[in-house]
Amino acid sequence: MQSQRSKRLVNGLLVNGALLFIVLLWTVPTFGLFISSWRDREAIQATGWWNIFPHRAWETVRVIDVNELGLDATAPMLIEGTTATFEELRAGVETPNGQRLTWIGNRRLGRIEVQEQNWTVDWDFTTENYRQVLGGKDFELTRPDGTVEVIPGDDFGGAFLNSLAVAIPATIIPILIAAFAAYAFAWMNFPGRRVLFIMVVALLVVPLQIALVPILRDYAWLGINGTFLAIWLAHTGFGLPLATYLLFNYISALPRETLESAFIDGASHFTVFLRLILPLSVPALASFAIFQFLWVWNDYLVALIFLGSNPETEVVTMRLADIVGSRGNDWHLLTAGAFITMILPLIVFFSLQRYFVRGLLAGSVKG
Amino acid sequence: MQYDSSNEELSTGSRILATVLRILLMVAIPLIAFFVMYQGFLFLRAGDAPKWLVTIVAIIWGVGGVAALYWIFNWLVEQMGDRWRAALQPFVFVGPAVAILIWYLALPTFRTFWLSLFGRDGPPRGASLSETFGAMVGLSNYGAVFTDRLMREAFRNNLMWIVFGATITVLMGLLIAVLADRSKFERIGKSFIFLPMAISFVGAGVIWNFIYEVRPENVPQIGLLNAIVVGLGGQPQDWPRWAAVIPWNNLFLIVIAIWLQAGFAMVLFSAALKGIPSDLMEAGRVDGANEIQIFFRIMVPYIMGTIITVSTTVVIFTLKIFDVVWVMTGGQVSTEVIATQFFRQSFIARNSGYGSAIAIVLLVTVIPVMIYNLRQFREQEAF
Repeated sequence: MQSQRSKRLVNGLLVNGALLFIVLLWTVPTFGLFISSWRDREAIQATGWWNIFPHRAWETVRVIDVNELGLDATAPMLIEGTTATFEELRAGVETPNGQRLTWIGNRRLGRIEVQEQNWTVDWDFTTENYRQVLGGKDFELTRPDGTVEVIPGDDFGGAFLNSLAVAIPATIIPILIAAFAAYAFAWMNFPGRRVLFIMVVALLVVPLQIALVPILRDYAWLGINGTFLAIWLAHTGFGLPLATYLLFNYISALPRETLESAFIDGASHFTVFLRLILPLSVPALASFAIFQFLWVWNDYLVALIFLGSNPETEVVTMRLADIVGSRGNDWHLLTAGAFITMILPLIVFFSLQRYFVRGLLAGSVKG
Repeated sequence: MQYDSSNEELSTGSRILATVLRILLMVAIPLIAFFVMYQGFLFLRAGDAPKWLVTIVAIIWGVGGVAALYWIFNWLVEQMGDRWRAALQPFVFVGPAVAILIWYLALPTFRTFWLSLFGRDGPPRGASLSETFGAMVGLSNYGAVFTDRLMREAFRNNLMWIVFGATITVLMGLLIAVLADRSKFERIGKSFIFLPMAISFVGAGVIWNFIYEVRPENVPQIGLLNAIVVGLGGQPQDWPRWAAVIPWNNLFLIVIAIWLQAGFAMVLFSAALKGIPSDLMEAGRVDGANEIQIFFRIMVPYIMGTIITVSTTVVIFTLKIFDVVWVMTGGQVSTEVIATQFFRQSFIARNSGYGSAIAIVLLVTVIPVMIYNLRQFREQEAF
């Protein structure tokens, strides 16, 4: 009996330990980015973000003037009981009492810093990165040595608004269109109903790459390349098969009696749809809405193709990819920019996770 | 019933007037609506208003416009007689969806196939039929797709993406689901692993570029992976761009997709595992099966349907992988995949024939899944 219990305890520890390990593995990348986005630009470049945790680092406690001691840098020297050459001192020499001697400067005019290892944290947090990334105008940066540098901001603020202007209609429009269609497929009789629905099912897995070249040609002909309308329609087209399929599954399963009694009362299809079906379908609408919103907000390819010609309508993923391409080493901008692109999806995701999971479970194959 | 003749006349007159008015209205209201929407379009395209105003107008115009279209067309149909209404109303409901599906997905498959039969500029404009057929290059684009060095590299890499990326995603998802199912911290644990689902591939590219960041040997590493490697006494590397280990440098990109998608697999498996009746597992335990046997003999067969669904979804997704490669390496260092080649050929090299042939190859690879879906649909008989 005792062994049975201890076995269960070990099992529990193993399971929770493994889970904790995986959770850490999955969380640390995002956490590192988040922390770095608040660190000073110089600090990001100099040390790893994990230095915000307590760690031991060398700190200068005393400075020895080389000339005062009258040392000859061409031969091994005796300093504080340690003998070392100039080259060794440049790299840093550890003394037996745990200190470190480092020669700073050249042979003649140098100084030796006596350093000790102490526990420290690098908490030099700042909001500058976000200010620079969000601002659209020139941004004044004061360097530690007092010089002022003017750099253009990255206008993530404008891109964020563009993303909103793209993602909100590109979420609601397909849902509206799909809900009307799903209602017709479920509760109306018309010629071609079955054939048209088979088309919806067949299009579920068609890769959107197939449509990009022809649609871009159509847009060029219509003169709507680079407009919001163009990308709303594109996202609507690519999201519609899944939306129609999911909403059909939900709407066709609603109880027949409710609808019939409404029709007996003389309600038209339009009224029934508006007053009865839409309110009853809120769970299904919400789960697809989250799915589509995340998809559109995070999309890069479709935006690149249909908005790429117009810098005025650039969305956040495009802005971020631009900085990766042009200034891939400016980590203070990349981390802050990346976090700005993530913030809204993360809020949506955490506040509406239940609906999102339900939507995934209802069917999740997307073309 | 007593009718005045004058009254009768008046009612005929007013009826005609009402009909005329109604027809006028039926024409005028859509016209006004289209005019208002066109003005909105012009306002948005001009884009000289403040950004926040443009955003708000765009949202209202887009969403309101679509709603208004439905309302107007329905109103038009309801003005007609009963017979017309019954015949036309379904098409008001289903028409926009069908039109968009045909325009955006159904027709493009044929149009792209047609384009793939021509050279880089597509079929000649305004040419006669014989000229058009004369300009055809036949299947030579497809020949190039399967022989070109970069395309062969892309096929090999996509195969790696599927063999490692899709497989490990599914296995990780299953492992996490099983672990979480037995843990007290199931909800919170699953939330954290699910979180990357909300992050874009571009954002994930930045996150992982930062992890892979490399510094010269003599300065502190700021990338986590290299810091660990150096801490263990190894050499810092620029992992995804590490030319010496081609093609295995692709694995460092594949890891990102696993990180993003494992949560998706986990959620579906988790729900499926909850559906296994507990007496089934209990019976297995009573018969003396250990946990591993229970997993392979009871759990896996029971959730086989979910495993197939998740696997096909992840494979289809992996097949079309684009953003992460494009943002991280741009296809350099032998990391090209089919979708990046498609983009490069179609939109950078502007070779529409070749690009279209690549898109058709992508389409052909998902056709088995399409057939499977259609067969499933036919079996449901719910329709």
